Amino acid sequence: MKLKSLTMAVMAATLLPAAAFAGDVEVLHWWTSGGEAKSAAELKKMMTAKGHAWKDFAVAGGGGDNAMTALKTRVVSGNPPTAAQIKGPAIQEWGAEGVLADIDAVAKAGNWDKQLPVVVSNVMKYKGKYVAAPVNVHRVNWLWVNPEAFKKAGATVPKTWPEFFAAADKLQKAGIQPVAHGGQPWQDATLFESVALGVGGADYYQKAFVKLDKATLAGPTTVKVFETMAKIKTYIDKGAAGRDWNLATAMVINGKAGMQFMGDWAKGEFTAAGKVPGKDFICTDAPGTQNAFTFNIDSMAMFQQKSPAAVKAQADLAATIMSPSFQEVFNLNKGSIPARLDTPMAKFDACAKKSSFDMNAAAKSNKLVPSFAHKMAMPSATEGAMVDVISQFMNSNMTPAQATERLAKAGAVR
Amino acid sequence: MSASLSQGRLSALADRWLPKLVLSPTLAASLIFVYGFIAWTGWLSFTESRLMPRYDWAGFMQYQALFDNERWWTAAANLGIFGSLFILFCLLVGLLMAVLLDQKIRAEGALRTIYLYPMALSFVVTGTAWKWMLNPDMGLQKVMNDLGFANFTFDWLVNPDMSIYTVVIAGVWQSSGFVMALFLAGLRGIDDSIIKAAQVDGASLPTIYRRILIPSLRPVFFSVLLILSHIAIKSFDLVMALTGGGPGTSSDVPAIFMYQFAFTRGQLGQGAASAMMMLFTIVAVLVPLMYMETRSAKRV
Repeated sequence: MKLKSLTMAVMAATLLPAAAFAGDVEVLHWWTSGGEAKSAAELKKMMTAKGHAWKDFAVAGGGGDNAMTALKTRVVSGNPPTAAQIKGPAIQEWGAEGVLADIDAVAKAGNWDKQLPVVVSNVMKYKGKYVAAPVNVHRVNWLWVNPEAFKKAGATVPKTWPEFFAAADKLQKAGIQPVAHGGQPWQDATLFESVALGVGGADYYQKAFVKLDKATLAGPTTVKVFETMAKIKTYIDKGAAGRDWNLATAMVINGKAGMQFMGDWAKGEFTAAGKVPGKDFICTDAPGTQNAFTFNIDSMAMFQQKSPAAVKAQADLAATIMSPSFQEVFNLNKGSIPARLDTPMAKFDACAKKSSFDMNAAAKSNKLVPSFAHKMAMPSATEGAMVDVISQFMNSNMTPAQATERLAKAGAVR
Repeated sequence: MSASLSQGRLSALADRWLPKLVLSPTLAASLIFVYGFIAWTGWLSFTESRLMPRYDWAGFMQYQALFDNERWWTAAANLGIFGSLFILFCLLVGLLMAVLLDQKIRAEGALRTIYLYPMALSFVVTGTAWKWMLNPDMGLQKVMNDLGFANFTFDWLVNPDMSIYTVVIAGVWQSSGFVMALFLAGLRGIDDSIIKAAQVDGASLPTIYRRILIPSLRPVFFSVLLILSHIAIKSFDLVMALTGGGPGTSSDVPAIFMYQFAFTRGQLGQGAASAMMMLFTIVAVLVPLMYMETRSAKRV
């Protein structure tokens, strides 16, 4: 009798969680800070309104590294979440492991092929089928400018590299740090890709960092990119080593520094400090990258589910993520722009409007390129090897020629 | 009679098997969770595992790629610099403090606590605190500059050639108190009569230390070396908190390399290969040490 009740208890304990999963959506994400958390809460609200139970699976820290470790454990143990925040070529890597769910039916019903630029929808597909839904688009090739500091120094907002260095000289003379930067590997890479796009143009960028063409990577354009980097390095203060990006942004906000190269998540820092775009700070394209656009897209990859109820909930989740109302409210909170081309932009600020306009234009002229510093362009092994080279270049006396040679070698790592 | 016989047999049986039975869960656990996983890691290092483990044999290609990787050699060289300096300075500082404290001074208890206290902190706390102190914009350099020494510079933390030495400074600060405690215990364990006899023979205090006390600390040296060398090889949190492996990759160590390749870059096989290299390093250091120690124990 006692044994029997014990057996029952054990069975109940093992069966109950499985039963509780039915109709649940569990979403693994690392949107845990300020505006991001607000955005995630919107998704929860919409899903509970549709009658699904929302199970939050937020893993903070490490730019998603911790979340990926948690995800691996769950997938290996055969109990994956409904969806997880995975982006770029990593979607292909997970697809190759055979654990992603096919949501092509939802995509067909929602006509996703029409709503998304081709470069974006390609990222969301594994072997021609949709396996992920995009939530937002971040633009990386921004230059953030403090107009007051520029006025004090008598400098003008630069559009080309010669103008950039002229402005930097004037800022330095006025006692203002020209470039705010944080010496962390991903920030070095963020700066590098904006310089590469500005110096080499979109075609060079495509060939070198998306197709990983060895001749292009080892070519004279790359040397020129590194030469420009070396020159920018002289306008960065010594305390930059290890500085977080938002502290660098703070230097621009309070006028200690004049400019910063950073993606549009920097806007959140400005607005949180009560600054108004266009008046207290200026968002402009990184020098030489007018009309070009490096994108960094957050997306939700869907994992294969066992129960039919969970599959249904997953389809609803995918459709909700792509709905214009979600895309609008999510991105208003997060500072990025909607991935859907037809989302109304009326409620967005000037920087987001410019970003959206530029994305449409760049998509048409083939100048919409993935950001490799943010893991959108190449396999993670290649990306890691390249970032190593760039950050070593930024922190040593390596010559541009040496750096080019090493970068080409890193480009061959798979 | 038969009952007492069977009871006697039972207790003999229990005597023989009970210890083994009691120890078996720990034995099984360490077999699986230590040696089993070492074997698993070894196996993975011979596969092309990327995001997830795969088990098809790929030969030595991961090791080849590892030895081709410049960052690995930076990490290995840093381990050499950090490991040797860390152990050397911990030994020197720890021994010196132990000898000084051994002079029957006043407030010894309080001083001992103060020196031992850094050990109570985690390496993350140590790393973060030293990061602030060594930061040229807000730490030591700024204080000295504000005091009027305008030319004083101490920028090791942000200097790629010197950053690994800041890790040594913080590591020695943290661990030398512990080394001191071990040496002090060793010194107190030495028979007083030997020292008395030496004093009667007219030996000076430095001679007593040099010829009698420090040589008899030999077993303590071995324990300290054993503990310090594995702290050095597995060091991860201290470097992560202090420099984050930077500037660039200039203060990278094998443990950080392993973590990044295995868990954030989706190169599990490469990470496993570097983990095996770390294991071999530990074995290469520890096996001779342990062999020497057991041999000297037998001689006594």
